This record gives sequence, structure tokens and C-alpha cells, in this order.
Amino acid sequence: MAYSFDFGLVVSGEYGEWLRQGLLTTLHISAISIVGSLLLGTLVAVLRLSRIKPLVWGSAAFTEFFRNTPLLVQIFFWYFGSYSVLPDFVNEWLYKRDFEFAAGVIALTVYTAAFIAEDIRSGVFAIPKTQLEASRATGLSFLQAMRYVILPQAFRIIIPPLISQFLNLVKNSSLVMAVGVMELTYMARQIEAYTFHGLEAFTVSTLMYLSISLVISFAVNMYNKRVLKIAPR
Amino acid sequence: MRWDVVVNNLQYFLLGAWPNGELGGLAMTILLAVGGIFGAFWLGLVVGLFRMSRSGWLRWSAFVYIEIIRGTPLLMVIFWFYFLAPALLGHSLPGSYSALCALIVFTSAYIAEIVRAGVISLPKGQMEAARSTGLTRGQAMRHVILPQALFNMIPSFVNQFVSLTKDTSLAFIIGVNELTKTATQVNNRTMNAPTEIFIAIALLYFVICYVLTAFSRRLEKKLARYQARGR
Repeated sequence: MAYSFDFGLVVSGEYGEWLRQGLLTTLHISAISIVGSLLLGTLVAVLRLSRIKPLVWGSAAFTEFFRNTPLLVQIFFWYFGSYSVLPDFVNEWLYKRDFEFAAGVIALTVYTAAFIAEDIRSGVFAIPKTQLEASRATGLSFLQAMRYVILPQAFRIIIPPLISQFLNLVKNSSLVMAVGVMELTYMARQIEAYTFHGLEAFTVSTLMYLSISLVISFAVNMYNKRVLKIAPR
Repeated sequence: MRWDVVVNNLQYFLLGAWPNGELGGLAMTILLAVGGIFGAFWLGLVVGLFRMSRSGWLRWSAFVYIEIIRGTPLLMVIFWFYFLAPALLGHSLPGSYSALCALIVFTSAYIAEIVRAGVISLPKGQMEAARSTGLTRGQAMRHVILPQALFNMIPSFVNQFVSLTKDTSLAFIIGVNELTKTATQVNNRTMNAPTEIFIAIALLYFVICYVLTAFSRRLEKKLARYQARGR
């Protein structure tokens, strides 16, 4: 059986609109999760670097647990099982909104935060220890020293691995289709189910993912070449 | 909390319907993971060597392969194998085969980059010395460079193995009866203990992956002493 390609079908009209909507949802969920995971990841990393033992253990357990379980299982957990671990008012607030989308955002944020926390920690370790000692000696508290001296330098070093985490997040956002968020992969799947022209839909959506990835990784390479070369060590 | 649901279905989570029906659950996850890493290692090694070859078009095609695969979500690669097989072969493949192929192809691109990094990090003199004793480039690669480079790469391979183990959960999307699928099945049937079921499943994955991660961390420390490095 010869397969006849019909790209016109998926780039225009109703199905083209589906893919466009899907791409927007992918970008939307990725953008929210990127901001969330950066904040949560920084918090977890700072807690793990603190000297208060329960906080150190707690954040270490957080990182190890979320890094070593599949994202898909985490998505299902937040979607099906979160109501019994989240407080009631949060559940009510979530149910009034798009619950699939919220579960997806929470899962992507928490999962990526665990990886980002590790990146930030390794960035902080790359800063000479005397920096922290010197800033503590000038009278800054631990948090002030982190905020004004250590983290700004660490972030500069870890921008490339951070961005590749964000890139992974964009790719991982395809998994939220499993709970019915209508993002790019979901739409491609949907077009396949309606028209049996899945190959075109998957080609176009693969190209969309690919162009996001390539643009970002090109930018990272430029950053590596231009900025990191002149960064003081 | 209703942990009895988890306890009652534990055998189903671990083995699927086996011995009365098809093998599934955690056993299927492990089969996919082991098959995936075995295939991805060899394919990745070949692609990595192509990436460093002196023939321009081999190098270029390996580069394109790596960039395309790494820029695409695994789920897309799985769908490609799932929907392309009927168009190419005329009949559909069982889900587990398409998932395995997708896992191998996807992971091989990452392995290829690990191989390349491992070879590049060796001192350049190794290749020069090997060539000057009369070995061809291929022989030098096989007998001198790769044994050292692969040894240095063991921790990275273990990390990739951990990701692959987690990634097998995506086979669920095309209906393979692995651990995640058994969890959703039991959840749909019982409807009263989703939190417990998914925590239990996450813990099963966690145990495997954490053991591997801890092993890789220990290995990294141990190997650091013997590592041959550039600079």
C-alpha cells in the first residue's frame, strides 16, 4: 500500500489551526514551568547548601526522589492523586481552573526543579569557598552572601546547563498529553485519529519541536563562545 | 490511606498477568530497559565513531542524526516508530517492539555524544603514539583509544541507563503493558486509591534508579584515580 502524503491538510484549515493551538499551549505550559522550576530549584539548592540539617536532608530527599522517578508517573500522581496530599483550599482553587493544565505545570515544575537544584549546587561549588567566607566576614548573613555574592556568579557559569534543562522541559512537556492537555503532541495524535494522515501531522510537529531546540542550542553555543571565554575564573 | 489496593495488586505490578498471561509490569520495564541500553550502546558507539570519522559525509550524517534526535521529544520518536511501521511494512508492529526501537534510537544519540566526549578527553599523544607503532587508525581506535575512553565513560553510561529506565514509562502511551500501564489499569479499575498506587509505582522506579545512581557515584570516585585525561 503506497502512502500518499498530503501536507496541505495539516498546515492549513482546521487541522492547521489545531497544530497552531497545540504549539501555543506547549509554549505556554513550558514558559510557566520554566519560571516555576527556576524559582523552586534555586530554593531547594540554597536549602541544601544551608547548615540546618533537617533542611539539608529534606532538600536532598526532594532532589533524589524527583530525579529518580519517571516524569509520566509524576504527572499521573499530580493528576489523579494530588487531592489527598494538597490542602483543600488549593484543590478547590485548582478545580475551578483547568485542572489538567495545572497538574501538568506542577509535575513539570517539580521534576525540572530537582535537576536545576543540582545544576545550581554544582555552580556554587565551582565558586571558591573563600568567597563565602570573605562575604560572611564583611558581616553579610548566609542568605545575603548567597544572594549578593555567590548566586550571581554561580548563575553566570551554569547558564548553559540551565538552558539545556529548559530545553528538556519543552521536550518533556509533550508528556502532559497523557492527562489530556491539548498541546502539540496531543494535537498531532488527534489529527492522526481523525484523518489517518498521522505522518504529516508528526512531521510538522517534529519540525516545530526541532526548530525550538535548534534555535535555543544555537544561542547557547554562541553564549559559550562569546561570554564564557571572557568570564573570569 | 488504602495501601491494601497496592498490596493486593503487587504481583500484577511486578509481573503483569504472568504466569497465566503475558509478562508485564516491572518485569516488562526491566526487559525494555536492558534491551534498550544494549541496543543503544552499540548503535551509539557506531554513530559516535561516524561523528569522529575523517569521511566528511559520514561525519555530517552522524551530526544531523544526533541533532535531530536530541531536538525531538522521545514521545514523538515513539509515535514515529508506531505509525511509520504500518506505512513501511504494511502491517503494524507490537507496541513493545516499536517502543524498544524508539528507545534505542533516542538513547543512541546521547550515547554517541558521550562516546565522542570520552574520546576527545583522552590525551592526543595516545593516538599519535599508537599510529607511530604502525597501527592503522581503526586498529588504534579499537585497541588503544576505545578501551581507555569507554572505561572513563562508565559513569555517564550508568546515568544514561537511569534516564532510559525512566523513559520506558512512555511505552505506556502506545499500549505496552509495563509498570506505568499496570498502574493506570489498576487505578481505573479500583478508582479509590490513586495516591497510594502512584506513590507505590514511583517508589518501585525510585529503588531501581537510585541504586544505579548511587552505584555510578561510587564508580565515579573509584575510577577517578585511574582515569587517563587530556591536558
